[in-house]
Amino acid sequence: MASARDRFKEGVRAVAPLLLGTIPFGLIVGVTIAATKIGNLAGWATSVIIFAGAAQLALIDLVDTGAIAFVLIATPIVINLRMAMYSAALATYFRKLSPIDRLWMPYLLTDQTFVMSMARFRPDEDPVTIKWYYLGVGTTLWTTWLLATTVGVVVGAEVPVEWSLDFTIALVFLALLARAIAARPALVAAVVGGVVAVLSLDMPSGTGIMVATVAGVTAGAIADWRLNQ
Amino acid sequence: MSTWVIIVIVGLATYLIRLSFVGILGRVGVPPYIERPLRFVAPAVLAAIAIPELVAPAGTIDITIDNLRLIAGVIAIAVAWQTRAMGPTIAAGMVSLWILDLVF
Repeated sequence: MASARDRFKEGVRAVAPLLLGTIPFGLIVGVTIAATKIGNLAGWATSVIIFAGAAQLALIDLVDTGAIAFVLIATPIVINLRMAMYSAALATYFRKLSPIDRLWMPYLLTDQTFVMSMARFRPDEDPVTIKWYYLGVGTTLWTTWLLATTVGVVVGAEVPVEWSLDFTIALVFLALLARAIAARPALVAAVVGGVVAVLSLDMPSGTGIMVATVAGVTAGAIADWRLNQ
Repeated sequence: MSTWVIIVIVGLATYLIRLSFVGILGRVGVPPYIERPLRFVAPAVLAAIAIPELVAPAGTIDITIDNLRLIAGVIAIAVAWQTRAMGPTIAAGMVSLWILDLVF
């Protein structure tokens, strides 16, 4: 039986290559915090309290544009809904852990912890591997994320406006979007979501994003249903 | 509502989403009628945020050659589509925007 220490170290080593994506993303979130109206402390706190890059970036952006409270709350939550799927997939393994571990360990669940864990765990995986490999991956990502956003906030105050670094928000979302489009129905969801968002620009305080999301998901579901007929 | 209250609500909701199925004992897997639409949430909401930033950077629709963010964004979309990676996409978009800013 492998020791907890070995499994933890294995998780740390396995996730190391992914940090090449996590570090610049965290720096961008930090720089964006410093460049917008959310406030450095509140913006930085999103890394601890929310700990989900795309949702944090959306919230920081919406606070800056002065969206209403409903939109500020609903948009990041909608972005994070995908984690329900991750939770369902990991539930099979986490059943072997203690109730306390099952309660706190999902805090570290991200796209990367999910992908790394599912690639590693076998159906009959032992609880030591499940707990400590997951924690090796999760705590490495958490520490890196906190450090990168902190550095970003500190450095960001020095970046001149002429560099247009706020444009990185759109670019990050485009990169995530390309990864999220795995099949035709997802492309339909994205196109309809994007077009409706542009058409509903005049709707008050960012509510157009919610309308566009509902339209996109509906269109994607219909396309999916038609493909399966 | 203060920004702090909103951050805490979003953080709590995100934690509950993460906990959801891990917390429900004996229940494994999301029902298909929830799982299938969930797959379209990410593409729809990401596009809903990103596309207006390109098409209407100043708040009103601007599909002209003067909209440098639209041109840089289209280049970034091409790179994103090819590489599916964040680094090259951000680099392509930012470098394009800086060059366009210098030239025009």
